Amino acid sequence: MTYVAQTPEQIRGLIAKAKRRDVAFVALGVVALGIGFATFVALFVDMLIDGWARLSPEFFAQFPSRRAGQAGILSAWVGTTLVMIVTAAVAVPLGVAAGIYLEEYAPKHWVTDLIEINITNLAGVPSIVYGLLALGLFVYAFGLGQSIRTAGLTLALLILPVVIVATREAIRAIPGVIREGAYAVGATKWQTVRDHIVPYSMPGILTGVIIGMSRAIGETAPIITIGALTFIAFLPPAPVTGDFPFLSFEWLKAPFTVMPIQMFNWTSRPDEAFHANAAAAGTILVFMTLTMNALAIWLRYRLRKHIKW
Amino acid sequence: MEARTQPTTHATMLGRTPPGAAAPAGSAPPPLKAESRGLSFHYGKFQALKSITMPVHEHRVTALIGPSGCGKSTFLRCFNRMHDLYPGNRYEGEIVLYPDNTNLLDRDVDPIEVRMRVSMVFQKPNPFPKSIYENVAYGLRVRGVKNRNLLDDKVEASLRGAALWDEVKGRLHEVGSNLSGGQQQRLCIARALATDPEILLFDEPTSALDPIATASIEELIAELRRQVTILIVTHNMQQAARVSDYTAYMYLGELIEFDRTDTIFFKPRRKETEDYITGRFG
Repeated sequence: MTYVAQTPEQIRGLIAKAKRRDVAFVALGVVALGIGFATFVALFVDMLIDGWARLSPEFFAQFPSRRAGQAGILSAWVGTTLVMIVTAAVAVPLGVAAGIYLEEYAPKHWVTDLIEINITNLAGVPSIVYGLLALGLFVYAFGLGQSIRTAGLTLALLILPVVIVATREAIRAIPGVIREGAYAVGATKWQTVRDHIVPYSMPGILTGVIIGMSRAIGETAPIITIGALTFIAFLPPAPVTGDFPFLSFEWLKAPFTVMPIQMFNWTSRPDEAFHANAAAAGTILVFMTLTMNALAIWLRYRLRKHIKW
Repeated sequence: MEARTQPTTHATMLGRTPPGAAAPAGSAPPPLKAESRGLSFHYGKFQALKSITMPVHEHRVTALIGPSGCGKSTFLRCFNRMHDLYPGNRYEGEIVLYPDNTNLLDRDVDPIEVRMRVSMVFQKPNPFPKSIYENVAYGLRVRGVKNRNLLDDKVEASLRGAALWDEVKGRLHEVGSNLSGGQQQRLCIARALATDPEILLFDEPTSALDPIATASIEELIAELRRQVTILIVTHNMQQAARVSDYTAYMYLGELIEFDRTDTIFFKPRRKETEDYITGRFG
């Protein structure tokens, strides 16, 4: 009596049994993927149908209005774009620097372990909490006002943990022998970081930044908390001026609204016509997010082409 | 222990010229380039090296052999203070670099200074994901060299020194990681040579390569002896016999025997060495 299949029949029977499990798992995977994909498509298509009639060039060029037919998203998309610029400008350098410090410079002991756990947990803190923090800190304590800069700083705090974690993971993916290779020719820590660590981890860092930005672009709660307007019929001052020095940062102090708040405002109105506006704005917001993701994929592909170990 | 004998003792034992050495038979051994004196090394609480005393002769190839875990790579990596990159490591004793008598392990000696004088080639080829040119030039760049002509000359000379120039001269600005394994390893050798190191460390440089690439690297090591002192870790005894002038047999963190390579292979004094060489052990 043997316990191991030996005759060709036994071996074939064994293989057939094992292969049935393969088929079962593939079926399960396809169903799981289908549920996720179908949900997204259904939501998106439903929104697209509702908003289709409102999608026109004028929709982008008009301010909000009491008449649904004339209302547009000019102030909202400009606001979202400017807030995102501030968010990226603050979160990327801070997050990347913190990630590099933790990974390359910080001594490894319980304090850094504690910091690491905290950063990971911060990524899970509800965004409204960031809004309350920003209201107390940026709006009242620092007196930055209910402005684009406050919103940008708030969202930067929100995505900072994501950027830090992505940076650290990208750095950890660099093989130790590459790092040792740099040190072996006499490079200092900073030279190694500048010439090797940062460039080789850039694709991973960018991915993290875009994931964070995609989260930030749809955030409503913290932006409402710091006091964004829901109805605004003017644009912030232009960043480029006709007079010397031709650059102006007055827009940072301007009141603003963003896409999700504009949508929220429209959906809460009783007039059905405004709901179509909200659906149209939602479609555009999804496209903005998808565009950012596409940009991330393209950049990652370009940067990774030459990086192999 | 025989291994602790001073270099002068080896001279009296020399029967004939080491393979490829310039010195005529029976003459004094070449001067010392470095010397490990009572070197012990600890990874945390684990003592990986036990009081190793060993000479390194100038413009000669010294091979470190021994079974896995004997400490040969650990010993090699003391010569460029690679262990300083990781916390919890501790050296005792000294490695003196001649002619200036600098103790490489001295706390006051910056490991970066050590690595600028003692270069290294690793087990797995590890070119940077940069162009062939930038790979070779990197050691010069960290030394602040900006002169384009000087960089060009050095890159060419180093690639020629590593027997790679003819294969890559038309594509210096292509990525180094697209080369074959053997070419990548020669690129890493060129990178290590570009800064004119005094000692070149090889840590099992052919263990990831096929026999043809291995042969070309071994040939190269024999050539390089003219310009640089070489220490090589190898788990391949035939390789040690082929490329080295001196061989050190290590076991469990101790240096069991150090001598001229032909002596180690043909008339070892210690039974442990003979058992390892003849394949009865390890």
